[in-house]
Amino acid sequence: MSWFKRKKAGILTDRRDQNDVPEGQWIKCPECNEILNRRVLVDHAMVCPLCGHHNTMSSREYFDLLFDDGVYQVYDENLYALDPLDFTDRKPYAARLTEAQRKTGLNDAARAAMGTIGGHRISVAAMDFSFIGGSMGSVVGEIITRAIKRAVAEQVPLLVISQSGGARMMEGALSLMQMAKTSANLTRLDALGLPYISLMTHPTTGGVTASFAMLGDFNLAEPNALIGFAGPRVIRETIGQDLPPGFQRAEFLQDHGFLDAIVDRRSLRETIIHLLDLVLEPARR
Amino acid sequence: MATSSDRYLLDFEKPLVELEQRLDEMRALDARDPETDLSAQIASLEERVEELRASIYRNLTRWQRVQIARHPLRPYTLDYIDALTDGFVELHGDRTAGDDPAIVGGLATFKGSRYDGQDQTVMVIGHQKGRDVASRKHRRFGMPNPEGYRKALRLMKMAAKFGKPVVTLLDTPGAYPGLEAEERGQAEAIARNLFEMARLPVPIVVVVIGEGASGGALGIGVGDRILMLENAWYSVISPESCSSILWRSWDYKEEAARALKLTASDLIQHHVIDEIVPEPIGGAHRDPATAFRNVGRAVARALNELVRLSPPELLDARLAKFDRMGAYQVTGDGATQGGANVRVNL
Ligand SMILES: [Zn+2]
Repeated sequence: MSWFKRKKAGILTDRRDQNDVPEGQWIKCPECNEILNRRVLVDHAMVCPLCGHHNTMSSREYFDLLFDDGVYQVYDENLYALDPLDFTDRKPYAARLTEAQRKTGLNDAARAAMGTIGGHRISVAAMDFSFIGGSMGSVVGEIITRAIKRAVAEQVPLLVISQSGGARMMEGALSLMQMAKTSANLTRLDALGLPYISLMTHPTTGGVTASFAMLGDFNLAEPNALIGFAGPRVIRETIGQDLPPGFQRAEFLQDHGFLDAIVDRRSLRETIIHLLDLVLEPARR
Repeated sequence: MATSSDRYLLDFEKPLVELEQRLDEMRALDARDPETDLSAQIASLEERVEELRASIYRNLTRWQRVQIARHPLRPYTLDYIDALTDGFVELHGDRTAGDDPAIVGGLATFKGSRYDGQDQTVMVIGHQKGRDVASRKHRRFGMPNPEGYRKALRLMKMAAKFGKPVVTLLDTPGAYPGLEAEERGQAEAIARNLFEMARLPVPIVVVVIGEGASGGALGIGVGDRILMLENAWYSVISPESCSSILWRSWDYKEEAARALKLTASDLIQHHVIDEIVPEPIGGAHRDPATAFRNVGRAVARALNELVRLSPPELLDARLAKFDRMGAYQVTGDGATQGGANVRVNL
């Protein structure tokens, strides 16, 4: 069980080293209100050991959790957003980007890596909600696309971990087209008979759900994750009534036939390995 | 020239229509009274009408174009089908849950799409808005449910089976944001269409004829040629919703329209569309026959080019087209993903 494996401090190169948890950092669980030591949470893949609430994880935490021995190679870290529309609302998009980059230490809202999971070489892309709500603009679309292309080129499986408020408004139609670009590239992976696992985490909405996130051979989700196309507020305003409890949650989507399985993050790695074992020839391991 | 569209006049059209009415009155006066000759005044007023018309429509703001795209008399999908095809047979239903009147589709002969000396059969599919209170409600204002996208997909696969090209017409304020739409998988339905349209082995010509709002439009919008009418709009979100989210107020729709760069001339610069189809001055609703003719010619030309390509050529070009979409910068050594970019955790 690697999810509670401690990572050695000091070797990690990221600016934001979340595994190096100082003592005495206490976090209140938003679900059960229990006060937890952050180190305990980290040891449980950021899942509350008391109530099972899944706290948001970054792309980097998913990579650390999932890849064999926490070893992986990150790709395309030299891609940065432009401001093709010269977009300004109450604040210029360029300023939002700079601020998000400074605050998160990330280039944009997705990262991609390759490594092995359970001995299977795999291309993985994961999104970061902390970067402008995990919104998909040109960089996110390109990073997902390149992750798909690497899987196609190396003929290995693909895993995409989604976490997004949808397409990024500040890049207009170019953001919208990332839905088509990513989905179109998935046809090439499909044609090779290679598995694509899509994991939807809280929240996965809008253009991300309506493109690569829903196109997995295996559509997985974390418990209680909000997953949908339209946002709950918009739907409430459209129909003029309150939404039923559990609406657009992972369990609701599974009941309605859109998810293969809801997977507790503490058994995510095992589930992925098991699926890959079943689909791929044992000789490939 | 008082027209039936007077009761739907857009603000910026009013000065022009007032001037046109004065011209009409003067012509009537001139005809009624043989004693007076107003021909000089009429000629000068005609000139002023043309100048004003040109100055208004040459300098339309993005928000004004959005208003033209939504004009209640603008031609809709079935109007184009009626004008541009013969023998249209509407095909209903997704074979699973129902028939969505917000998307229509069927087989027809596309006039002018000559191949081997005769017009081609095409599968034509589009969003459909209603004209009056009852039909607007029936068509859900052109906002599809998942059944609409699944019907569209069924028809596209049928087109592929029979080797017929697909023509799609985009005109929607968005996919319907309803409770049941979510229950029946709005997101999955749109995603599936993007995926299947990317590998449909027959030519697909897409025309944005009115509103192209978000995934609801793109859900039937992946193709080999993307055409767009001069006054249509196409973006990731409507100006109103963008205003409400980013400005936290519904009052900034004009600013949002400007910021989103959602017009045909914006989108051709960003290579989102391939061709702008010109509209008659004043918009398609002012002279539908000209709009039909322009769309008909552009679609026929695209079809005639695309039918020459083999399915692999077609699909490689379609993928490459969408691969190129997006704007980002590569810093440092973009060629190698190893080296300096490597992060290894032990
Ligand atoms: Zn808890």
